Amino acid sequence: MQASGTEPIIRVEGVSKSFGDFQALKNVSLTVALGERVVICGPSGSGKSTLIRCINGLEQHQSGAIVVDNLELDHSAQSLKSIKVKVGMVFQQFNLFPHLTVLENLMLGPVRARKLSKPKARELAEKYLERVRIPEQADKYPGQLSGGQQQRVAIARSLCMEPSIMLFDEPTSALDPEMINEVLDVMAELATSGMTMICVTHETGFARRVADKVVFMDEGEIVEMSEPEKFFTAPETQRCRDFLGKILHH
Amino acid sequence: MKILLIGFSLIVLLGGCSGNWGWYVVNPMTESGSINLKFLISGLYYTILLSVTAISISVVVGLVVALPGLSRNRYLKASNRVYVEIVRAVPILVLLLWVYYGMPQLAGIAIGVFWAGVLALALSDSAFEAEIFRAGIQSVDKGQYEAAHSISLSYADTMRFVILPQAIRRVLPALGNQLVYMLKMSSLVSVIGMQELTRKANELVVTEYRPLEVYTILVLEYLVLILIVSAGVRWLERRMQSDVSR
Repeated sequence: MQASGTEPIIRVEGVSKSFGDFQALKNVSLTVALGERVVICGPSGSGKSTLIRCINGLEQHQSGAIVVDNLELDHSAQSLKSIKVKVGMVFQQFNLFPHLTVLENLMLGPVRARKLSKPKARELAEKYLERVRIPEQADKYPGQLSGGQQQRVAIARSLCMEPSIMLFDEPTSALDPEMINEVLDVMAELATSGMTMICVTHETGFARRVADKVVFMDEGEIVEMSEPEKFFTAPETQRCRDFLGKILHH
Repeated sequence: MKILLIGFSLIVLLGGCSGNWGWYVVNPMTESGSINLKFLISGLYYTILLSVTAISISVVVGLVVALPGLSRNRYLKASNRVYVEIVRAVPILVLLLWVYYGMPQLAGIAIGVFWAGVLALALSDSAFEAEIFRAGIQSVDKGQYEAAHSISLSYADTMRFVILPQAIRRVLPALGNQLVYMLKMSSLVSVIGMQELTRKANELVVTEYRPLEVYTILVLEYLVLILIVSAGVRWLERRMQSDVSR
């Protein structure tokens, strides 16, 4: 499954997680190699979001191990701190800071967490705004931007932390259809630059174009994992075929 | 509002024509009247200084009390509840008397009238401020915390740069109400001899025997002061909201 000869940068081994009586993840294992692009899909409530939220410590897993770049994510503050800086995350609802301008949104992390000087942080912010193709919106507030623009700002905000891994939690699900492509294009461009990415998404076109492997989850388990062509044309399990039947024919 | 004001001033002015009113006590045209009027108005200084000092302290204390109330730790949460419940249950006047007359005996330190007033008002108000801040902070979407986490902000930075600026905008009207409340409650400090608006009026009544006119002026003083403060709060609110076009 892995790109040949490369060390895994993320190792998830037998991870389980429950919310009260509901078991969101059941003994999930997954490895992601450096530079690999993984798309996770599956019906809602299947544990896809929970899995990637565990990887950057937004949720705490209860058993199993998560190792990111040779650092084990236990529940200590120190390990959480060292792993957070390596992992960027983009959310379904953008979660931009509404009281700060675009530029301030981008500079906050570099200045406060990475301790860069303001001019350095500004340079970085401008560079990544350029990269997500909205340099002209730097001084606007998030509320003045379209959904697609907001999500691209959110991607740039993550990139300003210069992470080794980017996680995307349904980044286009809250967008109007005509704005989905501008966000996917930015993500595809990021993928070609060699960024390690895990995307929870149902955008099959994007998965085919960009992913090295597609992971299908259902009821907290990884049911199937294969290359995109094989995944979409010849899925092995019935559960996967049912799911693809539902998302592909519209 | 305007109609009420005009009505009220008409009653007061016309009242001056009947035999029951004696506006001479505060007539600015006569020497003694103008001295009395200045004496009454001079109370504004301590009313404002006392209220503003007290609210500044209570906002800080309120915030410090509110934060443990939001913690997941049961003991921190309990400490917040205990503080809020106890302080809210004590009437301000009682707290004031206790601070001024009781505390020196207990702690062996004498405390001036001004600081006794500030302490009592601030303490009493801090419980309300804590509740206001707690509600304001809780109203900020949890996605904001997650975004702050994803860019590695510390807890202190998350609060300072992300959560509190949004929470404070939302609680500004409530904080403004507390300031108005504080200005009114500062009149209680007259009982321990603080030379603020109410105390000045009381002293003048004792020497001039014209309670109707003097207390009417006192009502007008508070009315004007509070209407100005309310207008200021509304202006600030509008200004802060126009920053965020959401």
